[in-house]
Amino acid sequence: MTTQTILPVDAERLSELSQGSGEPGWLKDSRLQALALAAELELPKLEKTRIDRWNVNNYGSYKASKPLAALNEAPAAIAALIKDQEEGSLIIQQNSGVVYTRLAPELAAQGVIFTDLQTAAKEHGDLVQRYLHKAVLPGEHSIAALHAALWNGGVFLYVPKNVVIDTPLQAVLLTDDAEAAFVPHILVVADTNSSVTYVDNYVSDKTEAGLHNGAVEVFVGAGATVRYATVHQLGADTTDVTYRRAVVENDGTIEWIVGEMNYGDTASDTKSVLKGNGSSSDAKVIAVGSGSQKLNYTTQAQHFGKHTPSDMITRAVMRESANSIINGITKIEKGATRADGQQTEKVLMLSPKARGDANPILLIDEDDVTAGHAASVGQVNPEQVYYLISRGITRHDAEKLIIYGFLAPVVSQIPLEGLRNQLQSLVERKLGQ
Amino acid sequence: MAADFVIEGLKATIEGKEILKGINLQMKGGEIHAIMGPNGTGKSTLASALMGHPKYEVTEGTAVLDGEDLLEMAVDERARAGLFLAMQYPSEIAGVTNSDFLRSAINSRREEGNEISLIRFIRQMEAKMKELEMNPEFLHRYLNEGFSGGEKKRNEILQMMMLDPKIVILDEIDSGLDIDALKIVAEGVNSMRSPERGFLVITHYQRLLNYIKPDFVHVMMQGRIVKSGGPELAERLEAEGYEWVKEELGIEDETVGQEA
Repeated sequence: MTTQTILPVDAERLSELSQGSGEPGWLKDSRLQALALAAELELPKLEKTRIDRWNVNNYGSYKASKPLAALNEAPAAIAALIKDQEEGSLIIQQNSGVVYTRLAPELAAQGVIFTDLQTAAKEHGDLVQRYLHKAVLPGEHSIAALHAALWNGGVFLYVPKNVVIDTPLQAVLLTDDAEAAFVPHILVVADTNSSVTYVDNYVSDKTEAGLHNGAVEVFVGAGATVRYATVHQLGADTTDVTYRRAVVENDGTIEWIVGEMNYGDTASDTKSVLKGNGSSSDAKVIAVGSGSQKLNYTTQAQHFGKHTPSDMITRAVMRESANSIINGITKIEKGATRADGQQTEKVLMLSPKARGDANPILLIDEDDVTAGHAASVGQVNPEQVYYLISRGITRHDAEKLIIYGFLAPVVSQIPLEGLRNQLQSLVERKLGQ
Repeated sequence: MAADFVIEGLKATIEGKEILKGINLQMKGGEIHAIMGPNGTGKSTLASALMGHPKYEVTEGTAVLDGEDLLEMAVDERARAGLFLAMQYPSEIAGVTNSDFLRSAINSRREEGNEISLIRFIRQMEAKMKELEMNPEFLHRYLNEGFSGGEKKRNEILQMMMLDPKIVILDEIDSGLDIDALKIVAEGVNSMRSPERGFLVITHYQRLLNYIKPDFVHVMMQGRIVKSGGPELAERLEAEGYEWVKEELGIEDETVGQEA
């Protein structure tokens, strides 16, 4: 039996909305086509997860957001994240729209574009049109189609050729009104030999159930490097479905750092397409599940180019009755000689009711490659606890050391100190320490 | 105050099999006792049962340290009461650095708000590591992960030195050590000798006792201490082996709890 996709908006209303916000015709058409697709497509098929039973229809409707006159007017829920950011490059989205945008003048002078995606579609239409929905295709499933139809606010980051940016650009995406659609789209384009770090945070502050349907597209030009760090700390109110994709050209590098710290059901898929020869990908995912969360995390690397290394690491701690499915998919296409695909998924379960399922998958259509995987699912080792407590450390502290120790080899590799500390404190919060 | 440690009638089982069949032993601060015996006679079980390893169940007896029965306490309480076991097979714990671990262990003995300062701690640890000829990088290495056998043993002695226990049990600390490492470990132990502290050295080679001179030597067989004496007993065991003890006592099979 196929389930009919419930469309949260009809074509007429969508068309009005697009025109009302002054979007170019191509964008309106793109939205309408995606909406038509959504009606025909099914939900994505997730390994061992019945996403059809999740709350994935609570889109709400588009509501205009009021821009902030100054950063200190930002909602309290995100105050800690934007502290001391007056001089930085920062975008804040609140519900359906971006309410604050600042690009450091020295970056603007070098031709960097950092603005909300709706504005970018008007002001840099050619550039946006060339990349939008080219990595996460609306035709993949109904969630991607609805995303392409409904996306709002969003971030567009363009780094011109040879521009190297040392300071991270940041975005904070907040949902605090359950009736307002929250469908941000992040589009990053790094031109040849450029280098950039982008960090964002997803936060919720509401009690009624809502949905985040997010898509991230990163285009890494030849010889360019993009470090993409994202922390999701949405509350139990919000179901989070996020697709992240990077397409990497010759000798380009994508580095993903993903902190899955939500309190609600979450499906995320983070994929690198290594298109160019010598392109590379490194993905690190840290996750903590609690309560009765249902979680499905996927990391993927698809190798087309020759001499392409990829490495994916997911470490997840599950407490209470959290249930997680963790997939790693390394796909090496025919012709991708000397590709090297490595992946590790590890789950530590802290209670008898917690579930963790690690599924490493290697799909290899080329002989001249190296690939490897390691997966483990287990509980806190009683011998290790004994060793620590035999030195006087209490059982509670010993378990804490072991849990943090489980995540530490990945956390300690995070190159941004602020982010590392933030993740550490989110982990502590989620573990109820 | 010199430690006073009395084990009386200690019996312990593993998976229902009795391994310790009534151990009696008295130790005072300043004394070094050696427990010797062939493999499979219950020596390491004694060490594990005293520390409280979850696999061993104590069925009878007491082990009283300065008036308190350790066997009534949880493992961490025993440690804080002053018992230290240098283990034969220390656990490897990824992600927990040696320094974080040891600082937690020291702070577990101190009141909240009176934790050891980081600088003071690092200085102490570096000084002790130097004595043990350990590379300073071991401060930041994950606990025992990827350590060689000898490095693990030195790390056990380092912990002993940092935690300043009243009663130290060394469980086959000499196994897997070459002679140079053995000397360093023994020097570490000897530097900790004091009138307050007692040592229980478990080994089946007399070799270690050339470097750590015992005051008393006990032979274990069949889950009991079957013979006790002075240092000369260890020398005779080294020269003649254990057969004469078995003959003297009429023991055929000295092991305990092993399936035939």
